[in-house]
Amino acid sequence: MAVVTFVSHDGETHAASLEEGQSLMQVATNNAVPGIDGDCGGEAACGTCHVIVDPPWSDRVGPSGADEEQMLAMNPEREPTSRLSCQMVVSEAWNGLTVRLPEFQM
Amino acid sequence: MSVQRAVIVGASHAGAQVAASLRQEGWAGEVVLVGDESALPYQRPPLSKDYLAGKSTLAELAIRSAEFYARQEIRLLGATVERIDRSAGRVSLSTGESLGYDKLALCTGARPRRLRVPGAHLAGVHYLRTAADVDLIRATAKPGSRAVVVGGGYVGLETAASLRALGLDVTVLEATERVLERVTAPEVSAFFDRIHREEGVCIQTSALVEALAGDARVREVVLSSGESVPADLVIVGIGIEPNTELAASAGLVIDNGVVIDDRARTSDPDIVAAGDCTSRDIARYGSRVRLECVPSAGEQAKAAAATISGKCREITALPWFWSDQYDVKLQIAGLNTGYDEVVLSGDPNRDRDFTCFYLRQGELIAADCVNRPRDFVFSKRLLTQATQGVGRAELPLVTVSDLGA
Ligand SMILES: Cc1cc2nc3c(=O)[nH]c(=O)nc-3n(C[C@H](O)[C@H](O)[C@H](O)COP(=O)(O)OP(=O)(O)OC[C@H]3O[C@@H](n4cnc5c(N)ncnc54)[C@H](O)[C@@H]3O)c2cc1C
Ligand code: FES
Repeated sequence: MAVVTFVSHDGETHAASLEEGQSLMQVATNNAVPGIDGDCGGEAACGTCHVIVDPPWSDRVGPSGADEEQMLAMNPEREPTSRLSCQMVVSEAWNGLTVRLPEFQM
Repeated sequence: MSVQRAVIVGASHAGAQVAASLRQEGWAGEVVLVGDESALPYQRPPLSKDYLAGKSTLAELAIRSAEFYARQEIRLLGATVERIDRSAGRVSLSTGESLGYDKLALCTGARPRRLRVPGAHLAGVHYLRTAADVDLIRATAKPGSRAVVVGGGYVGLETAASLRALGLDVTVLEATERVLERVTAPEVSAFFDRIHREEGVCIQTSALVEALAGDARVREVVLSSGESVPADLVIVGIGIEPNTELAASAGLVIDNGVVIDDRARTSDPDIVAAGDCTSRDIARYGSRVRLECVPSAGEQAKAAAATISGKCREITALPWFWSDQYDVKLQIAGLNTGYDEVVLSGDPNRDRDFTCFYLRQGELIAADCVNRPRDFVFSKRLLTQATQGVGRAELPLVTVSDLGA
């Protein structure tokens, strides 16, 4: 079973099992991970699903898309490996992925 | 002490969030989520967008998975709550059962306002609020058939866009002199009018529907001007009315919605309410407002869950909204109520991306951002965080290309 770990801003960890084809935002909300709201349901419209990908994983999960990039661009907590988790469709190959959550969502 | 029970009435955006947040707040008692729609709580916004256009399934729209509710020990109950007995702390269900509660959350939402004209009962006349409504529409929305959308608000325009994608001929009838009249500046209305015409939608403004006519099915829409518009399908989107009857008959205070305070409390200390069914005094706007959007439903639900759990979390977030039509993504930060000036960035008469900033007495109060996510994020953060007013000089009046995007 593939597992992803969410690390909150104050260091608390939440492990969740991945379901292929879901977005990482859905994985988080289905597993009650605090700090990811997903207000817009995955439309890249709200920015409340921001995660910071552990740098070694950055290439494997891929870069942000155009709309996503614009949503992230004005975010002061933005880091080089920031993504909107609703735009990340998970795969079993992501077993062991770690992402950090920002202090505040949009 | 026996186990406490929280009962939530209405299983949609607000209800599902109250349930999830109760567990996050550490509520150790039972949670029962009672809803009268058949599916798991699902996202409503895609109904007029991807779901109507046939690009998503109901299962994909689930707000959270069935496993989530099971793991969080949230009981889902399919029934209508018919009555609240506050003195006994019980609700009566359509199944004949009754259910005791220690805390009650009312998340009953809203229903479409009905078109009250002769012929409104005819087959082929639809409203659009639930997945079941859309399934009915989709069953008759065949390429080449003629759809008439009554109402040029967000739901009406999104519906028009999705029906175009399905290959129908679409006419939008708007009673006032422009689409989105209630919610946006004339410049933004003109933009959406242009986009829809470019996509082949026929828009008629100042068009008052006098009657619907037909035989077994609706065949035409008759306007007060005497003109008639042929129709195989009519979809009415003329606004919503909050579902307040249950609360009203239990004696709760109602004013264009179940009245709540900044912590989602109603006039009964054991009852909270959240979502489209509520109205609230918002200091920022100096008036009582009933908001009709997912972010506010979620925000109120989180406050409601905190209140039930004996904690304090105030509803502070800025109202915001979004709408998708064709390739146009509109994101709105704040409410523009009472604006006296607009500042445009970009040209709504020509471009497909621009922002309309709304100011009141020189200060920013809201922004309609069309294909401009940066401006949206900028405006939302500024409106949320700024401790003093944001004036015209601070607006990002540059085009996206200037920013090097
Ligand atoms: C087509 C469409 C498009 C939209 N697009 C957007 C958008 O893009 N962005 C946005 O922010 N918002 C959008 N909205 C608005 C958004 O969907 C609502 O704000 C949101 O659904 C409110 O959630 P709610 O839980 O308060 O109420 P509702 O979604 O109305 O849910 C209330 C639920 O309670 C049930 N119920 C009522 N009474 C009882 C009872 N007595 N017993 C049991 N169950 C009961 C109802 O059947 C319903 O399932 C859209 C709405 C529609 C219809
Ligand atoms: S869920 Fe809204 S942007 Fe990701």
